[in-house]
Amino acid sequence: MIPPWVRGAFRLALREGRHSLRRVGPYMVSITLGVTALVAIQSFRADVARSVEREAEVLMGANVRLSADRPWSDTVIALRDSLEQAGSPGARVTSVASMVLAPSSNIVRLVQVRALDPGYPFYGTMRTTPEGVWGAHLEPGQALVDPAILPQLEVAIGDSIVVGSATLVIAGTVDGLPTDLGFQTAVGPRIHVSHEALEEARLLGFGSLARYELFFEVPSSTDRITLDARYDDALSEVEVGFTLAEQQARRLSRGIDFLGRFLALVGLGALLLGGVGVASAIHVYVQEKRSAVAVLRCLGASQRTTFLIYLLQAVGLGVLGSAAGVVAGMTLQRLLPVVLAGILPVPVTPEISLMSAATGLGIGVWVAFVFALLPLLRIRDVTPLQALRADVEPARTQPWLRGLVMLVLAGSVTALCVLEAPEPDIGLGFAAGLGVVIAALWLVARGLVGLTRRLIPRRGPYPVRQGISNLFRPRNQTVAVTLALGLGTFVIALLLEVEGSVRRDLTLSFGDGQPNLLLFDIQTDQVQGVRELLPEAARAGAEISPLVSARIAGINGESPDELRERERGPERPEGWALGREYRNSYRAELGGGEELIAGRWWDGTAGTEDDTAVDSGTLPGLSLEEGVAESLSVGLGDTLTWNVSGVEVPSVVTSLRRVDWERLEPNFFAILEPGSLDDAPQTAIMLARVPDEAARSAVQRDLVRAFPNVSALDVSRVQAAIESVLDLVRQALAFLGGFAALAGVVVLVGTMATSRHQRTQEGALLRTLGARRGQVRAVFLSEYVALGTIATLSGVLLAGAAAGILLPSVFDVLYVPSIGMLGLVWAGVTGLTVLVGLAGTRKLLDRPPLPVLREAGGEA
Amino acid sequence: MAEGLGKTYTSGGRPLRVLDSVDLEIARESVVAIVGPSGSGKTTLLGLLAGLDAPSSGRVVVDGQDLAGLTEDGRAEFRARRIGFVFQTFHLLPTMTALENVMVPLELQGSFQGARERATDLLDRVGLSDRTDHYPAQLSGGEQQRVALARAFSNRPSILFADEPTGNLDQATGAGIVEMLETLNREERTTLVLVTHDLSLAERADRVVALAGGLLSSDRPGRGGDPRGRVSEEAGEREPAGRAAGEVGA
Repeated sequence: MIPPWVRGAFRLALREGRHSLRRVGPYMVSITLGVTALVAIQSFRADVARSVEREAEVLMGANVRLSADRPWSDTVIALRDSLEQAGSPGARVTSVASMVLAPSSNIVRLVQVRALDPGYPFYGTMRTTPEGVWGAHLEPGQALVDPAILPQLEVAIGDSIVVGSATLVIAGTVDGLPTDLGFQTAVGPRIHVSHEALEEARLLGFGSLARYELFFEVPSSTDRITLDARYDDALSEVEVGFTLAEQQARRLSRGIDFLGRFLALVGLGALLLGGVGVASAIHVYVQEKRSAVAVLRCLGASQRTTFLIYLLQAVGLGVLGSAAGVVAGMTLQRLLPVVLAGILPVPVTPEISLMSAATGLGIGVWVAFVFALLPLLRIRDVTPLQALRADVEPARTQPWLRGLVMLVLAGSVTALCVLEAPEPDIGLGFAAGLGVVIAALWLVARGLVGLTRRLIPRRGPYPVRQGISNLFRPRNQTVAVTLALGLGTFVIALLLEVEGSVRRDLTLSFGDGQPNLLLFDIQTDQVQGVRELLPEAARAGAEISPLVSARIAGINGESPDELRERERGPERPEGWALGREYRNSYRAELGGGEELIAGRWWDGTAGTEDDTAVDSGTLPGLSLEEGVAESLSVGLGDTLTWNVSGVEVPSVVTSLRRVDWERLEPNFFAILEPGSLDDAPQTAIMLARVPDEAARSAVQRDLVRAFPNVSALDVSRVQAAIESVLDLVRQALAFLGGFAALAGVVVLVGTMATSRHQRTQEGALLRTLGARRGQVRAVFLSEYVALGTIATLSGVLLAGAAAGILLPSVFDVLYVPSIGMLGLVWAGVTGLTVLVGLAGTRKLLDRPPLPVLREAGGEA
Repeated sequence: MAEGLGKTYTSGGRPLRVLDSVDLEIARESVVAIVGPSGSGKTTLLGLLAGLDAPSSGRVVVDGQDLAGLTEDGRAEFRARRIGFVFQTFHLLPTMTALENVMVPLELQGSFQGARERATDLLDRVGLSDRTDHYPAQLSGGEQQRVALARAFSNRPSILFADEPTGNLDQATGAGIVEMLETLNREERTTLVLVTHDLSLAERADRVVALAGGLLSSDRPGRGGDPRGRVSEEAGEREPAGRAAGEVGA
């Protein structure tokens, strides 16, 4: 049975609903925005994950994949034979990067050459131009290419291309390969050929970076499980990867889920900002409703009844706003697969997710509720006496109640962050970061307000002095407005600063003076010839590093197997570091991006942190990168034995280096003393700077003719590729940031409306005292400029500080504040504040002062 | 009803005694006017009698109920059942129609049955049967105060408090309101306590209580207490409020 007072509150809340809808409803748009983002991201995330798992075999093109960096051993070939006899056909896919020349246009590009056995892919449908030519690549002398190849090489279907020593005719383009992750072709366009063609091209020379894959069609899931149990571990021993299609799909969908949750955090940010909007709207609403509440109290409404009336209205509006958000979110969910069709791994079919809808609705209503609570507490402070007389001091809510509400608010925000975050830790971090930012904003705002009070001009024009001193008048909203505006500014400025710095760093790594041509797979006897292909000016500066493939054969006399048996702990080397194939080098000088931190370099240069000199005796010295040394649990003086093509080469760690991996130059985990590997089988890489683009193209063209096995990478293309990925990331963030910014504008309008009531009376009073409208406007203008400046300055300062911390620690990028950008943000947000503020006061300036004053008198 | 009633406010950190040991007993169904200059404590006394505020000293007993024995919510409940209010500035809820405003006290008690009928009847009695769906902003000041009168009686209060009910109205309209107040008061057999500056209005009460500086300065019968001057429709006709006010002013 519902008690009568609750029923009464319900009826009154409903009755007044029309009005609250008109007054507070517009601010609920900020809740709608946040819920839209959340529901869209959550539903879409579920759609993608589901579609990926449903299309698992199509994504792999098979049910099972074996993969390795080395040609197949006899064991694997035997496995393939036995599986095929058991009715599970297999197909090899071998990929290698190579230069391809188009004789008709004389253009050379580095592409992925993919050799496929007949049958692959076992699942999915190919789309080709002309239609139905999939399979043509298996014919002698023919190739199929990714569509991106045609414009890059300026060729058409039917033209020839030179791949290594083979000349192939382009039989058509592969427009849709079901196994593709959409963006793959953008990163490295491919040429599809037969294994016979690959052999003819002679690309698989010594040291070439090829990837070997073997796919099987195993339709029965029980067979797959048996295979997994039998081979997964056994094959990983010999460094062959074993993956089932469903495992790959699950990994992919987990990755998408993780990414989606990160985006959801941005959506949650928009929603929380929406909560601030609701709080300020309710604050104004409560102020306007004080006299109505006092009357209701006179008429016998209890504290809890009046509180419940307005709480019900807030929750009701929250329900409306969130429901609208759910509908908008689901609409967006349907649009996303269309918009993102190009970068999605599989066709995504949207399905209504009741879970996402319910979560979105629940979270939206909850946010509206908890953010409304604090301003609604003032309803309880209204005494019925206020209906009789204007001068009644409202009672203050008990501090414990306010404290409790704040605790509920903080707890709710934290819980929501943890709920939405990819991992609880990230959620807690996000919530803590939010708390720190708000606390810091509050401090900065208080500091700036105090500073302004001290620096206020004593002789300036009256409107300016009056406007600025309005910031300190009793019950001012300065700190509240600063928090809301400052938070919005902080987010915008931080995003811009981080993106700007990352871009600048990118330009630095690829910019003037940096090498821009990378040549690799150079055989030792080709080094001189390749160098001579470079333009005269570039030859001297060309940096050549030998590459020697090696594995670890032992550490201090213990074999990798013995080391793996060790107790888990700091003494046991990490598996990846122990088992991987190293590409070691030898050279006389330290590289430009290297710092010697311990031991001595060959020439005696001492480490910056520890200058112990180690005598390696007759063995060659070894310089390890600090990270890999830690992973291997070795230090100065330890002996590392390398297996170089079957020959054991022992070496002693004589120094440790810190490497700046960001720099575009050949960096190595292990560098040996020159002379120690002279006779080992090796290739070389060469880094050169050829500023002129035409000259770079010429080098690549000459190279592919003279040394078909050598590959060249034009770094400016890599830069373009990275920038295009950055663009994608920025678009995604901008899309969601747009929601946050819109919510921020709603908050701005709300917070400005907070003090409109007070301003209306003040303006009327000023005009009664003889102020011209222009003067009143000048007072407001100075106040808004000051307020906007303090608020945005707080946000901008804090964003600068946060960027200064985040960039070096997370992005490993040095932060240089872009004063121009921060200035623009300041001007933009302050301008918006002034605009919104003045728009709100325009009406009051048009009204004669008397009615305003009379209303003010009667209202209390 | 009121015994040794006192109220002290803290103003600027210093105690300010606005009402000092006021004793007052009001007979059921009588009409009492409280008069006095600004700041004499009239409104404070009204607030305390109606249970809008708790006294600093003394006690208030209404209908045998000691208000001091009630919590804030208990007092609200008590107001909802026993007390009606008429304010100088009408204080209608601007977001509700006339009819809805009159229904509020009933709905606060959770008595929805017959609420609409009761409200319609009262609006009819104050002559606004054709304005029930109008919002306060669409009504004149006099009409608004008539809605407020209907609202004040809707919960069948045993005691009605009126704070300068004509203070915001012109004389003619004010006179009409006073007549309506008196008529409804008589018909509903309500006790009426009104605070006013208007001496001619005060004189129509059964009893006139004057306050000065927070103390009871005089307590005498009004013309309403005299059977010949008993406030009535006839009295209203015989002596229009406008003239009465004019006489006082003269």
